[in-house]
Amino acid sequence: MAQTPSPDNLVQSIDYTPPRKNWLDNVPPEFRLGNFSYPAKAGELESFFGYEGAKEWSPMDEDWQLPENWQEIIYEGFRERLEKYRSLKVFMDICVRCGACADKCHYFIGSGDPKNMPVLRAELLRSIYRKDFTTVGKILGRLNGGRALTQDVLKEWFMYFYQCTECRRCSLFCPYGIDTAEITMMARELMNLLGIQTNWIMGPVTNCFNVGNHLGIPPHTFKDIVDFMVDDIEDITGKRIEVPLNKKGADILFVTPSGDYFADPGTYTFMGYLMLFHELGLDYTMSTYAAEGGNFGLFTSQEAMKRLNAKIYAEAERLGVNWILGGECGHMWRVLHQYMDTMNGPADFLSVPRNPITGTVFHNAKSTGMVHITEFTADLIKNNVLTLDPSRNDNKVVTYHDSCNPSRGMGLLEEPRYVLNNVCNQFFEMPEQTIREQTFCCGSGAGLNNDEFTEMRMRGGMPRANAVKHVHDKHGVNMLSCVCAIDRAALPPLMNYWVPGVDVTGVHELVANALVMRGEKERETDLRGEPLPGKED
Amino acid sequence: MNALYALIMVLALVIIPLLGAGAAGWHALFGVVLPYLAFTVFVLGFLYRVVKWGRSPVPFKIPTTGGQQESLPWIRQNRIDSPSTKTGTVIRMILEVLLFRSLFRNTRVRLFKDETQLSYGSSKFLWLGALAFHVSFFVILARHMRFFTEPVPALFNWIETLDGIMQVGVPVLFATEIVILLALAYLFLRRVLVPQLRYISLPTDYFALFLLFAIVISGILMRYFVRADIVDIKTLTMGLIQLQPEVPESIGALFYTHLFLVCSLLVYFPWSKLMHLGGVFLSPTRNMPNDNRMRRHVNPWNYPVKLHTYEEWEDEYRDKMKEAGIPVEKE
Ligand code: SF4
Ligand code: SF4
Repeated sequence: MAQTPSPDNLVQSIDYTPPRKNWLDNVPPEFRLGNFSYPAKAGELESFFGYEGAKEWSPMDEDWQLPENWQEIIYEGFRERLEKYRSLKVFMDICVRCGACADKCHYFIGSGDPKNMPVLRAELLRSIYRKDFTTVGKILGRLNGGRALTQDVLKEWFMYFYQCTECRRCSLFCPYGIDTAEITMMARELMNLLGIQTNWIMGPVTNCFNVGNHLGIPPHTFKDIVDFMVDDIEDITGKRIEVPLNKKGADILFVTPSGDYFADPGTYTFMGYLMLFHELGLDYTMSTYAAEGGNFGLFTSQEAMKRLNAKIYAEAERLGVNWILGGECGHMWRVLHQYMDTMNGPADFLSVPRNPITGTVFHNAKSTGMVHITEFTADLIKNNVLTLDPSRNDNKVVTYHDSCNPSRGMGLLEEPRYVLNNVCNQFFEMPEQTIREQTFCCGSGAGLNNDEFTEMRMRGGMPRANAVKHVHDKHGVNMLSCVCAIDRAALPPLMNYWVPGVDVTGVHELVANALVMRGEKERETDLRGEPLPGKED
Repeated sequence: MNALYALIMVLALVIIPLLGAGAAGWHALFGVVLPYLAFTVFVLGFLYRVVKWGRSPVPFKIPTTGGQQESLPWIRQNRIDSPSTKTGTVIRMILEVLLFRSLFRNTRVRLFKDETQLSYGSSKFLWLGALAFHVSFFVILARHMRFFTEPVPALFNWIETLDGIMQVGVPVLFATEIVILLALAYLFLRRVLVPQLRYISLPTDYFALFLLFAIVISGILMRYFVRADIVDIKTLTMGLIQLQPEVPESIGALFYTHLFLVCSLLVYFPWSKLMHLGGVFLSPTRNMPNDNRMRRHVNPWNYPVKLHTYEEWEDEYRDKMKEAGIPVEKE
């Protein structure tokens, strides 16, 4: 593993001045440990995509041993996608290179690499489009910014389309809404056609398809984990709770990312859900087949995304539930909000979601039939059905990180804030240009949260961390809350690196800390086993 | 270097009419044939491009949300940046197209290395420059309508009066002429002075700017310095519109240069980034409502995919599940 530079050295190394040489004269990008993700395993490409001729390779290889007709494959794939996606076609044509998006990307801010400016990232693809798919480009060639598709271009694609977290921050600022995330998705699909894909994406995809979740946790182990958490909850609250699995006829199917039941601090959030549902006496079930809310297919191809996502509706139908509740996760909600109904709907076997406790009908989810847990909890709190003691979180000075997808691909901004303000007393916002729709990515989204990519993750996460540091210094913030499982995995190392002393939590961990359960014993600790305020001795 | 290529191309476009219409005197070619040709190319090209975009479907509803969604009734929705209705979406588009709302958000990042501190200042110059350019461009276009209408509709007269409201000079100086020059200069200078922008700028980016410059300057020259005969020009332009072209002898080379440059712009337009004029209306991240979970969007090419069904899956895990006490379908 490469040595990640110290924060000081990293900052000093950022230089926003681009090189003199014209970027069209592509020099092959320099792959070094820390700036790329390892390629996918040949076996997984074969088993999931039926891809033939996959081999073991490394981006650092001089010769990528591409199939002889690889350019044709790309052209064909490109043509097909231009015909299928208006977004791609329009975005290829109308960028005016105004540069408004340039310094909006966290990877550019943290690396200074001009090819991490969204506009240039897109131009990597556009230059091929212009040369081979446009009339003027065919005549003017290079004057029009066109260039030939060579292996070096492909290397650039692999480098920079896997240095994009599909966060859409660029799209917000672009006068035409050009969404580089969309372009990245297309580029990744194209590379897929050649079997160029990363291990950290392909592994979860295969696991999710075969076993039921990204981490490949089989059903019986899932149950063990849940039992383990139930024990922990009992230790803390004195209450023994039931967690229904694969229960037919339940009112609600609950789906959450597997990160929530796999590792800290996600597990505390998971315990939070379980405690809340128990306290409400909710008639719900989890599924060991659709045991994954997240969807790494989104980072692979729309087809992979659809194949993984299909399990949720299928399972809802099999179990005969009325509606679906979804846990805290960012990219999961991009898929659920913007893709699921279109891909795998219509979900006519579901009814319009209705909170059985408050009677609130979620009209905003009437077609998809799926509600976000913070929408659900905000409604509970608004209707005063929970007994909350926010002072139990008094040793936490909290801020909130908006995950990219819920903010720019859904618009979920106030619900989590409402919940937070009701479950903790000390809450401070980060600067305006770094939250809500302008939020900065954790730097590890879109399947880039792997170890070998650490240096780039620290770079890409710098703007987020810097904003946390601001409130850490100013208000003593020591807890960064979020509604995303990737965040809960990615932000702790990021905080460790840039802002030591700040911990990461899910919103429902804080909810469960504050939640006064009927008949619970006097709690001594929070869900992490750390003493509650006033019980420190 | 990229700017130089562009400059050479535009200079060539200036020289062609000076030689052709000026020295060689091919007035009919430059005054009638080329304008008709250019206009046809523009209209057909524009339509072709828009139809081509339109032919590709929009498989998914992918608005970029810039504010609070519609969810619980007591949470205030941002009806413009995260619209869930048609009206809201139309308003969002109008604000985008007419006022460049997204560009108005623009910020500029600065990194203070020694304190490891990032700051995001508001940066409205690009918005201002872009808006100034586009508004003057369309006002100037409207003013030119007096050459193609008889009698001139009141609207165009008003616009002209308004534009000349400063009442300086004879003939009256138009505000838009100054503004468009300043705006173009700003757009050009930021391209060459800001290193990142210089890096991303292609010859075609400079070409569009220089071409517009040349058009504006030739127009200004005609109005204030080398006075052209307006009556004769109108005879020509009205002739074009009425499809009875007539070429008054007295029209000079400068006018033909102006006209030729405009023709060049018309021809170039549909094949270039200038098509953002049409494309902005078709951008799926802006022109779709954020009502995803309320109304299902249909993907016309949605196709069945290979699934791992529950039945197959249970077959693989049944024994373990039973052992763990998890309910199964088949005992
Ligand atoms: S903001 Fe939009 S138009 Fe401007 S350079 Fe970026 S992608 Fe292109
Ligand atoms: S989607 Fe995010 S990561 Fe990708 S180019 Fe845009 S701002 Fe950068």
